[in-house]
Amino acid sequence: MKPAPFDYIRAESLDEALAALKQYGSDARIMAGGQSLLPMLNMRLAKPAVVVDVMRIAALASPAVEKGSLVAPAGMRQAAMLARPGLAAEVPLLSLALPWVGHVQTRARGTLCGSVAHADPSAEIPLCLVALKGSVRLRSAKRKRSVAAEDFFVGMMLTDKADDEMIEAIAFPTIRPGTGYAFAEVGRRHGDFAIAACAAVVEQGRMRLAVGGVGDRPLARDLGALDGSALDDALNAFAWELGAGDDVHATARFRRDLVRKLGRQVLEQAAERANRRDAA
Amino acid sequence: MSRLDAKRRHIVSFTLNGAPAEVEVEPRMLLTDALRYGLGFTGTHVGCEHGVCGACTISIDGAPARACLTLAVAIEGAEIRTVEGLGPAPGRLGVLQAAFRRHHALQCGFCTAGILMSLDAHLFRHPDPSREEITEVIGGHLCRCTGYAPIIAAALEAAAEMRGDTRGTGEAKTSRTDGHA
Repeated sequence: MKPAPFDYIRAESLDEALAALKQYGSDARIMAGGQSLLPMLNMRLAKPAVVVDVMRIAALASPAVEKGSLVAPAGMRQAAMLARPGLAAEVPLLSLALPWVGHVQTRARGTLCGSVAHADPSAEIPLCLVALKGSVRLRSAKRKRSVAAEDFFVGMMLTDKADDEMIEAIAFPTIRPGTGYAFAEVGRRHGDFAIAACAAVVEQGRMRLAVGGVGDRPLARDLGALDGSALDDALNAFAWELGAGDDVHATARFRRDLVRKLGRQVLEQAAERANRRDAA
Repeated sequence: MSRLDAKRRHIVSFTLNGAPAEVEVEPRMLLTDALRYGLGFTGTHVGCEHGVCGACTISIDGAPARACLTLAVAIEGAEIRTVEGLGPAPGRLGVLQAAFRRHHALQCGFCTAGILMSLDAHLFRHPDPSREEITEVIGGHLCRCTGYAPIIAAALEAAAEMRGDTRGTGEAKTSRTDGHA
């Protein structure tokens, strides 16, 4: 349970971090808060030759509000986001989901971008990013690109990020008028990996549900304006399409049932909140 | 940019319980091991080594964090507090520690140092915590002895005592024999 040896680079600028990635490629790992990487190092599931610490890069610490997006850079910790005044009015879904991310003690160090880079299928931050149709801003020494969250996550802990790229920031679309959001999760204990997590966005009656912990990555489905048994049928179809598996925590059948029940619950809650915002 | 070679030991300087400290470590050394083996601060315990159990929780720059999920080389310049920093003097208990003792909030004591550090950081920022807040904070810790109820009671009583409000602390108040005045 101790990491294998590696060289440690304390990058003082983005260019230094990108130069290290260019030189070492898949032998290097970016470390931000370390709350996903350190368990991987300790268990030797990851054995990089070089660890590049990006937390001293001043330019990566503070969030920015751009038109229609709240942008969290690589060095922004989860606790800092949760403590952001007005987050509930800017990106309500994120403010609902962040308290479910790990514990106080891991959110104090862990970053939003780090969780996205790790791409655990049950993680809440990737789920929110997919639900909101956010994007991931990648950067290498030679280019910059932005990838839609739905295209970024490609499988269990697999992403579209190339070996010479790092996540510079992630962009969460901010609240839109007449839109309601809701989040719910079932796990063995609060802070454990989600058995199923559901994030709902309801805009002008149109419903969108994203589910984590069931498929091999967070997946979203646009359900349109359904209700009654038609909504049940659509949720049932989505639940089966997620390809749930059995493990020590829950059966595939239980996970599908959570998608049907928890999914409906968050959609109804989000719809109600959307109506309330309309009325206000 | 500084680059630290995997096979060599490097000096890391930081503040430990208010005093300047230095430790010599390989880049791969965890902060838990640097504290325990490098500096002899064995109050910080090592449980699961992947961030789940909470036994190694310390305070980094005022916030509770897992020492086992922190590389020692990454804390250059940071303010670290460990359980050794809680007592007012060697052999004396702090307010929170004394409340733990009165309430039997520990049995084997393995998880205790971590829980104390999480609660200490929380009470510093939130002097009048609700029961729900305390539950949330200790949700990041595993204790297999107490069932948590006495830990919550101790935390609430310590918070009241630190606020200078001893009303409603009940019988424990009269049995207090240690801790500072």
